Amino acid sequence: MSQANNEAVLAADEAENREFLVFSLGEEEYAIDILKVQEIRGYENVTRIANAPDFIKGVTNLRGVIVPIVDLRIKFHLENVEYGGQTVVIVVNVADRVVGIVVDGVSDVMTLNPEQIKPAPEFGVTLSSDFLSGLGSLDDRMLVLVDIDKLLTSEEMALVDSTSNR
Amino acid sequence: MDIADFFDTFFEEAEELLADMEQHLLELNVDNPDIEQLNAIFRAAHSIKGGAGTFGFSVLQKTTHILENLLDHARKGELVLRAELVDTFLEAKDIMHEQLDAYRNEEAPNQEAYERICQVLQQIALEEIGQTLDAPVEAAAPVVQAEEPAKASVGQNQLIVALLNVVEKERTLLVEELEQLGDVQSQSGDEKCYEVILSGDVSADDIEAVMCFIIEPEQIEIRVASGAPATAQEEAKSTPPPAPAPVTPEPTTPAPEAARPPAEAKKTPDSSAKSKKAAAESSSIRVSVDKVDQIINLVGELIITQSMLDQTVSDLDDQSVGNSSLQNGMSLLQRNARDLQEAVMSIRMIPMEFVFSRFPRVVRDTAGKLGKEIELVTEGKSTELDKSLVERITDPLTHLVRNSLDHGIEMPDKREALGKPRIGKLVLSARHQGGNILIEVRDDGAGMDRERLLAKARENGLSVSDTMSDEDVYQLIFAPGFSTAEAVTDVSGRGVGMDVVKRNIQGMGGRVEIQSKKGEGTNTRIVLPLTLAILDGMSIKVGGETFILPLSTVLESLQPTKGEMYAMAGDDVVLKVRDEYLPVIAIHEVLDVENAITDPTQSIAVIVQGEGRRYAMLVDELVGQQQVVVKNLEDNYRKVPGISAATILGDGSVALILDITGLHRLSRVKKEASKVINNQPISFYKEAEPS
Repeated sequence: MSQANNEAVLAADEAENREFLVFSLGEEEYAIDILKVQEIRGYENVTRIANAPDFIKGVTNLRGVIVPIVDLRIKFHLENVEYGGQTVVIVVNVADRVVGIVVDGVSDVMTLNPEQIKPAPEFGVTLSSDFLSGLGSLDDRMLVLVDIDKLLTSEEMALVDSTSNR
Repeated sequence: MDIADFFDTFFEEAEELLADMEQHLLELNVDNPDIEQLNAIFRAAHSIKGGAGTFGFSVLQKTTHILENLLDHARKGELVLRAELVDTFLEAKDIMHEQLDAYRNEEAPNQEAYERICQVLQQIALEEIGQTLDAPVEAAAPVVQAEEPAKASVGQNQLIVALLNVVEKERTLLVEELEQLGDVQSQSGDEKCYEVILSGDVSADDIEAVMCFIIEPEQIEIRVASGAPATAQEEAKSTPPPAPAPVTPEPTTPAPEAARPPAEAKKTPDSSAKSKKAAAESSSIRVSVDKVDQIINLVGELIITQSMLDQTVSDLDDQSVGNSSLQNGMSLLQRNARDLQEAVMSIRMIPMEFVFSRFPRVVRDTAGKLGKEIELVTEGKSTELDKSLVERITDPLTHLVRNSLDHGIEMPDKREALGKPRIGKLVLSARHQGGNILIEVRDDGAGMDRERLLAKARENGLSVSDTMSDEDVYQLIFAPGFSTAEAVTDVSGRGVGMDVVKRNIQGMGGRVEIQSKKGEGTNTRIVLPLTLAILDGMSIKVGGETFILPLSTVLESLQPTKGEMYAMAGDDVVLKVRDEYLPVIAIHEVLDVENAITDPTQSIAVIVQGEGRRYAMLVDELVGQQQVVVKNLEDNYRKVPGISAATILGDGSVALILDITGLHRLSRVKKEASKVINNQPISFYKEAEPS
């Protein structure tokens, strides 16, 4: 194979394969597009905001920027919501905003090719399939691929002033 | 404020415009000129001419004027561009720049260069379009000679003022204005083009200046009447009909005299300031606002880091020698950091005087037009406001002032009949209040008529009820398309509507309130936030949480006793403070703080003032006073009721800054909600931000 050909194949690979950050909520494994992730940090020093939904833990200081913190475990109605040294906040960039999401742990970064991504079935009351970009299958693991943009800007997250008021 | 204060602004603007002009001229494709570019060049010339005229820089004005006329032909396609022409334009631009510099240094512009460039441009006009341009009549000729013919034509000069696309209502007004300027000989035409022939001792510039208050400059065309009884020689030379569009004929009040004195007259009084001005030239730079904002943010970070260090250092044992020198160093750092911060903040701040200084003219003109007698009082001119807010507040404020003059203040005779002084009073005031800037437009006019507003609202199909509070009723005038029919006049029925005023102010993060009393007057209050600001705050503790109260809202604090608290209508509690009953807001209730002191007599009541009302806030503990950097919550989150912003404390944690009126509103909503539906999640956001 010529070198040019080789490069073309590589480029095609890169275009199709996507990298995901895998995190856990309870026993379940979720994944979000790695390009949305700004950083990962510990859970600390969160200032509560009164009269906000319970899954909005409050705001924190991220190097001088005030960032809201959302606990996806509460949002997804998981039991055993605890905060400890292992509790991790994934700081994501969506819709020109910086938001921190609390998860139980971050495991690894996975590359998925299109064949490994299956459409999400139509179900879910807590997590509408609107907010999923699919299900990723990796050997015997199943990753729930979350469309973090849609999820965090959705009205039910109450993170963004609804457009009618703007 | 003296007009001289605007000189610097003009010089800077003119310089930018000239730079623009040069750039566009250089980019111009001669064979296929881009009409947008030609327009841009024309506009630059036009703006410079206007400014130069205002400040009496007559040589610059005239040079620009000739250039502008040529450019006007060029953009209309009547003048075919060639490379040499562009070169000439560039040369003219250079000469204009020299003239500008001369004026800046208070020297007389180079007369030779001026005359030469005028002649060259004149020549182009003659060759390319086959006509001469008016202005240089006296410019090309020696000054003294020009005086005679110009004077001769004064008084018998006839101008045709064509009004283009002017609706009848405005036209009537315009014609009235023209009648005051001179004798209207005849008038005819339709909406598209209405011609008024005016004779008298008045210049086209004057007419344009007056008309511009009512219609756009593009809607006016002024030319010398073809049959005007001017001397045949002059007519042939200066203004062969049809003259080009906004040509401003020069046979005015002795023009040649006007040409020189400003330059000379200016020299005498200001010559002492000459060296100062020259120094100012090199010491002022124009910087993009983004850069300044970046510096402000960085300094904010620095302050936070500094107070974090400060806290660590203050925990150290001050017995050991090393520590005490560290502490000394810290206090020095603190002082320097504060000074730096203040200096940086002041870059963006400009006094309200910049806004207020234009209003005497607006009031005078508007009052004259309406036949009213108005006294304008301005208060708090030195109140500083962020530059971006100053720029954006001018238009809404102008509209509110016009509105007050037109609808608020009555005609003098009517005022007398009502037992008021003939002269109406309009007060413009600005001051800092509660972390906000409060700008008021107060008049002592008729006030608003609640019933009429309600009736009108019903006609317009708005949902209203008789039980609405006065405040809500007054807010109706901000509804889109809302205007009481008899209220529309030429002064305030035009231009931006009140809904636009409200939108503009909301766009700045502020709000408008109206207080009015029928027969006594109206007070329109614009409350603008200090978005990027350092706030003097009082930190308080409730439960384990720290909040910041803007220090300017805090009046006093006291420990309430049982005897001073009175229950009212069940849930509400008032606190009696020196013969005044203040509504009590328990922070821990409103903001659901756990582990807070619930017994009011154990807590501290902080008496605060928000938007003219006083409240007693129950808190656990007063921590102390500190300056905080205001951080917007809405950047990454959303508006939170009861909270105006956030800040970062010395330990790196976030504290919320309380919004007094918001809290009061929130506490009322909460109390109502708990009465109606128990334990149901309720959206508080709706209340806080009505759509």
